Parts: sequence; C-alpha cells; structure tokens
Amino acid sequence: MSIEIVNRPHQEAFIEFSRDKPELVVLSADLTNSCEVGKWRDTYPDRFFSMGMAEQNMMGFAAGLAREGFEPWLHTFSVFLYRRPLDQLQMSIAYPALKVRLMGFLPGIMTPGGVTHQAIEDIAVLRAVPNMTILEVGDATEAQSVLDVAHAIEGPVYVRALRGEVSRLFPANEPMVFNRARILSEGQDLLIITSGIMTEEAMRAIPIMKEKGVSIQHLHVSTLKPFTDPQVTEAIARVRKGVITMENHTIVGGLGSAVAELMAESGSGIPLRRIGVTDTYAHGASQKYLMAELGLDSIALIRQAEGLLGKSLGIGPDDLAELREASVHSTAKAEAL
Amino acid sequence: MAAERDEALHTVVDEKERIRSIAAGIRERVLAHTLANNGGYMSQACSSAELLACLYGGLLNIEQLDEPLVPPAFSGVPKVGPKTMTTGGVFHGAHGPHLDRLISSPAHYALVIYAALIETGRLEEAGLEKFNKDGGTVEMIGAEHSPGFETTTGSLAQAISQSGGIALARRLKGETGRTWVFMSDGEFQEGQTWEAFNASSFWGLSNLRVIVDVNGGQCDGPMDQVMTIEPLAQRLEAFGWAVRTVDGHDVDAILEAGREESDLPLIILCYTDPTRGLPLLKERYPALHYLRFTSDAERAKYQEAYEGIIK
Repeated sequence: MSIEIVNRPHQEAFIEFSRDKPELVVLSADLTNSCEVGKWRDTYPDRFFSMGMAEQNMMGFAAGLAREGFEPWLHTFSVFLYRRPLDQLQMSIAYPALKVRLMGFLPGIMTPGGVTHQAIEDIAVLRAVPNMTILEVGDATEAQSVLDVAHAIEGPVYVRALRGEVSRLFPANEPMVFNRARILSEGQDLLIITSGIMTEEAMRAIPIMKEKGVSIQHLHVSTLKPFTDPQVTEAIARVRKGVITMENHTIVGGLGSAVAELMAESGSGIPLRRIGVTDTYAHGASQKYLMAELGLDSIALIRQAEGLLGKSLGIGPDDLAELREASVHSTAKAEAL
Repeated sequence: MAAERDEALHTVVDEKERIRSIAAGIRERVLAHTLANNGGYMSQACSSAELLACLYGGLLNIEQLDEPLVPPAFSGVPKVGPKTMTTGGVFHGAHGPHLDRLISSPAHYALVIYAALIETGRLEEAGLEKFNKDGGTVEMIGAEHSPGFETTTGSLAQAISQSGGIALARRLKGETGRTWVFMSDGEFQEGQTWEAFNASSFWGLSNLRVIVDVNGGQCDGPMDQVMTIEPLAQRLEAFGWAVRTVDGHDVDAILEAGREESDLPLIILCYTDPTRGLPLLKERYPALHYLRFTSDAERAKYQEAYEGIIK
C-alpha cells in the first residue's frame, strides 16, 4: 500500500480557508504551534487571540464572540476541550447552540503524552451533549476539507483533527461530506465500520482478508453526531455474518455504541464486535505500541473477523502491509507530544 | 448660566431620588412576593437594591421601552438553526453599537432583577405573578429566555467570560457601548472568574465594566467561614483591573464610581448589608441565603414589617 504523506495539512488549508472569512477568529490555549496555527497567527494577527492555559474562560470568550457574529475556532488538544471545561462548553456554548468550532488535536491514543493528554472518551461525552455536531478526520484530504463541512454547520462543532505527517487515503478531489460515509469496499459477509486513524489501520488488513475470500463492506465514517447516514443502516441490513466497528476511543459511547444503537433499533439481530479502548485508561507510549497493547490494530481486526466467520484466515502479522508511522521527532510537529 | 446649573443640579437630585425610590420598590416587591409564596431570595434584594437601581435607573445606557413588556410563555430551548426562542435581552431594549449591555451573572438574583425591571418600566407589574410557574419564562433561576437575562449564567462564573467575549467582539466591531456585568461575591471562589479577569486585563477590555454585590454571604453561610475571597480589592488590582470600593447602599458613591472614565477594565465592589431595609432578617443570621418562614409567628412578623414599609 503506497500512501502519500502530507505534512501539516491543517496549516495551509486553514490559512487559505480563512482568507475570505473576516468573521473567523482563532482562540488558542498555549498549544498554537502544536495545533498548526502559528503561521495562521502570523498571517492574521488581528484575528488571533491567545487565551493562555485557561480553557474554561476560553469557552466563555468564544461564546461571547459567537453571540456578536464572529465565528471562533478554538485550537487545542482534544482532551482540553471537553474534560476540564465541560460545564462551560455545555452552558456557555452548547445550550445556546452557538457557532463555535472546537478543533481537537491528538484524539485518542495518538499522543505519547499519557493519560492526561489522551482523549479516549470525548466522543462518548460529547455525543450526550445536545446541539453538538461531532466530526472526525481520517486522512489529509479530510483534514483539509473538514473546514468547509464544519463552517457550514450552524451550531457548535467538535472536530477530532489530525496534524503533523498525515496519510492521504482519499483522493484530494473527494472532500469530506457531512453525514455521508465513504464506501471503501463492497461485500456481504462482514461490515467493517471505521473512523479516524483506524480506517488506515483497517485498510492494511482488509485486502488480505478479501484475498482469502471474505466479502467485506468497509465504511469510513467521519460524522459521528448526528449518526443518521442511511448508507450505514442499509449496510447493516445487507450484511450476513456480522459487524465490526473500529475506533480510536473507548468502546463505551463512541462509534461502536452508535452502531449498536442503530442495529438494536433496526432489529438486525446479527453480532457486533467493537474494537477500541476496552474501558481502561492508557499510558504514555508510541501510537504503534499502544495500538498493539490495547488491541486496536489490524491483527485485532483479523481476529475479530475470524471470530465472526467461525474460521481461521491464516493471516499473521508478517502478511500485513507495513504501518506507516510518523516519527516521534518529526519536523512536522512542534514538539514530540 | 446659573439657571442652567440649577436645572442640572435639580436633575441630578431627581435622578438620585428616583434611584432610591426604585431601590425601595425592589425591596417591597420582593418582600411582598416572599410573603405571598412563603419563600424568596430576600437578602439578595436587601443587599443589591441600590446597586441594581443605580444600574437600571442611571448607569446603563440602554433603550427606554415605550411600555412594560409582558413575559412570553416558554417557547423551547435553543436549537441549531434559525433562532425561535425569545431572548430575555428584549427587556433591555434593542442592541445598538453605542448602547450598553448588561449581563447578569448570579441567576438566583432573578426575582430581584425582575423587581428592578418592573420598577423601571421594563416588565409588566403582573410579571412577577408568573414567577416560577410551569411553562413560563419568569424562572426562579433565570436563563436566557428570562426577562433581563441575555445569556445563561446559572452555573456561576460563566457570565464574566461570556461578557469578556462580547466586549472583545464589540471592540473589534468598533462599537462604543459598554458591556456591564453584575456579579455576586461568591463567584470569586470559582477559578474561572480569575481566568476571566486575567484575560480581560491582558486584552485591555476597558469597555468591560463589572459591578459586584459583596454581601458576604453564600448558600452555606458567611463567606469568611465558608471560603474567604478577601482581600478582594487588592487581588483584583493585582490582576490589572481598576478597582473602586464603595458602600453598596450609597447611591451617590455607586453612580460616581460607575461613571468614572477608565483606561483599564473597571470593577466596582459594592459592600452591602444583606439585611438592609429589613432588619428583621438579622434574627435569621447566618442563614440568609433563602427566606422561608418556619412558623406562622415568623411570617406574621414579616407581614408586619411589610406593612411598615409600604406605609
């Protein structure tokens, strides 16, 4: 699998995107370069507001700016957008349904920063918040095109964003579409639904499973709330052996839970296997290490598929396409976090 | 010239008399309501009557209303998309670039704020009869559909951050009106308050102006026993704010501080007595946060006090 790597896809796309939107302002909480908006700040210094390490207050300032007709885009790590300032996010922004964009970087276990930096339950928490829209970026094309999708939504939007060295999985001329999954493979035995960085991981295993004769429908989901894409319900209705979800998040309350709700409500009656963080905190280690340790990798997908199919596929780690892993000390990142 | 000066002086005297009359009306209405409903935020009315009267009766440059408004029925919570909800901000008149805004932070002062709106011709007198009634907007803890509330601030300390954002936005738009925030002293226990004061001075929001009812009380009792916030003036000065400390029942002092020009964001600490105008409340000290009568005899004493006030 040959994959193009895009360095800092957010940086230039966001500068270009902001050019004709004078109402767009950026609020940052001391992670400006880490969230690829240092150059944005230097390009639009009058529209950039450093709020310091004070996320609760940043939510209120964003709310006030939004009430007055500005469109604030908050930039910090995912974990600092919902865990500490959840009451402020809810009462100051979500309740009045204000047009605020929460750009959360390093979702899930993408950071070696350990438990304090790992947003593993952000989707679960924010799916429960009324008026919120939740988007998750899966590659460089989506990192660039999520801007238009988020901008077009009237209420608050939380984005699980990607930064640094990011794979381009989807053609640059096929942008993210709100509430529409990408069909990456067509088949009837298994339905595999993935989001975020797990899509690339699944794409390592799926071609080999197909070579072994497994018929697979693979959907990449980038809109997690609302979760009403008819393509998902139709795929659930068609699949024969079972459904597997794969997310960079706890299996409680995220993509797997959303799919489980759809399956239960439609009375599908087929088995579901949820791959994700299994109700545990993680720790500081590389993404590759944590994905293997927590069972979030392509081998985990193959084992779950074998379970649903009731047979071994005879695929081992050596058969899988090499995972592209960004160097911890990549120059595309402001620091090793 | 002398005649003009006399006239100006006369207007000033009138204004202060009017404000004192508004303050008396606030206490009277809240006490009447508390008697009728066997419960109310009475001490907050006693402490903040002059402060709110000064705001609504003099300091705020907001649109006069042709006639008092009728509080609408509750029309639903805000949803994504076209706004259908009525905002409580309409009781402050239309927004304008040169006009002030008032964001009230302690939403449990709602009853007192409704009384102030009635006293200043913004809310119909019968509005208080709808207080805390199902399906209405005159809620016990005001939210942004409630008369006089522009934002939802019942989770304390969020108004000052929201107002900082509003003040910053208005500066970016070149608007000249001030953004006022009415706060209670208990909110200075919240960490967010200090984040907001820090950010507002950092961004030089001199169009932001805060007025605080420092009544020294909170739900659990006297603040110096629950968790002190003093020395508040020194702390705020250290955060880069211009601080004025006044007797919160001294109308002249509040007006003077409120009209001061300042290059820094300005905060007026109104030190108040939560039993002012109703000394009977002292018998309940320190349980002043909410007045509910424990016996018919107690209620009768308040009834008697009320009759003394309205005489």
